Amino acid sequence: MSEIGFERRALLLGGGALVTAGFAGFELPAAAAAGLAATPTMRGGANNYIPGAQIVERIGGGGFVISGTVRRVGDGAPLAGQRIQMWAHTKEGSESDPRSHGATLTDANGVFRLEMPQIIPALGQAHAHLAYDSKEFETVFLRPLLSSARDTSLEAHFVLQRA
Amino acid sequence: MPRRTRAFFIWTGLFLTLGIPLGFAASSEYLAWRDPIYISAGFAGVIALCMLLVQPLLAAGWLPGLHVLRSRRAHRLVGIALVVLVIVHVAGLWFTSPPDIEDALLLLSPTPFSVWGVAAMWALFAAALLAAVRRQLSPRTWRLAHTSLASVVVFGGAVHAMLIEGTMEPISKGVLCALAAIATAAAVVAPWLRARERASGRR
Repeated sequence: MSEIGFERRALLLGGGALVTAGFAGFELPAAAAAGLAATPTMRGGANNYIPGAQIVERIGGGGFVISGTVRRVGDGAPLAGQRIQMWAHTKEGSESDPRSHGATLTDANGVFRLEMPQIIPALGQAHAHLAYDSKEFETVFLRPLLSSARDTSLEAHFVLQRA
Repeated sequence: MPRRTRAFFIWTGLFLTLGIPLGFAASSEYLAWRDPIYISAGFAGVIALCMLLVQPLLAAGWLPGLHVLRSRRAHRLVGIALVVLVIVHVAGLWFTSPPDIEDALLLLSPTPFSVWGVAAMWALFAAALLAAVRRQLSPRTWRLAHTSLASVVVFGGAVHAMLIEGTMEPISKGVLCALAAIATAAAVVAPWLRARERASGRR
């Protein structure tokens, strides 16, 4: 992470739109970020989790975009090269099918983006699952909802705490 | 209205109220991306919801052409069918996604509809169990307990269904749920109203 070090503030300010998208009230990056809390695991987030999903260019035929950021607790510095796994019930398979699972890495700005087939409501809600479980930081499982089953993208953000 | 015309309208209305949501659910695009077990589990739930409208009508003997005794017998059979349908619903969904159903049954689910479904399920099992030991209860206790539990089943089941994004079409689902709730409320208060009418008539 040292290559980011000095550029951290500039990155936060510069990439503001992307990085702060999911965080209301994040107007003064340096001040507000000082107290940035860890993202808690969501209820049901780990359901149908299969450890060790492969890093893929896209899951199945793609078409549905899941994107977000990974930052660290406290100063909110973006975390590069972090492995994020995701899975969902899609047009190409159910949540428990291994082919519905995949992983990607965050770029230098702590941003990740992976396509999967269109998500279909399953077990009553249109939702996706995301996981960080690479041991360096505390494991976090997310279960964000689509605001509409017709949506073709979804955002989820991680603030990780060192394990 | 002549009795036969009235009977025709009531039965036609009932078939449409049940048939339209069933038809929509059967033609849902989501079915293409579900396996047979998930589809069966979903339909067991949809049919059970339909039965929640039929049950109070049978209990009160409001379906024309059905003698009171036959109506009561049908109510008992539909009650048993409801228990079976709910078991198929829960077991099928458990097979589809075990952790989601375990969360629901342990009241740990993130989905707001689960707790309503679980409440309705236990109330249904209790109502059915109570019916099995009915002879050991006084008529008053029986009626009060059974109608209270049945009200929880219908209200819980209706809220459960309304909060779910699934194969059912929202408007026909809403109409079905509203009618089931109204029919249940009417069937619960009807004997009480009749008793009051009789009492005031005697006076």
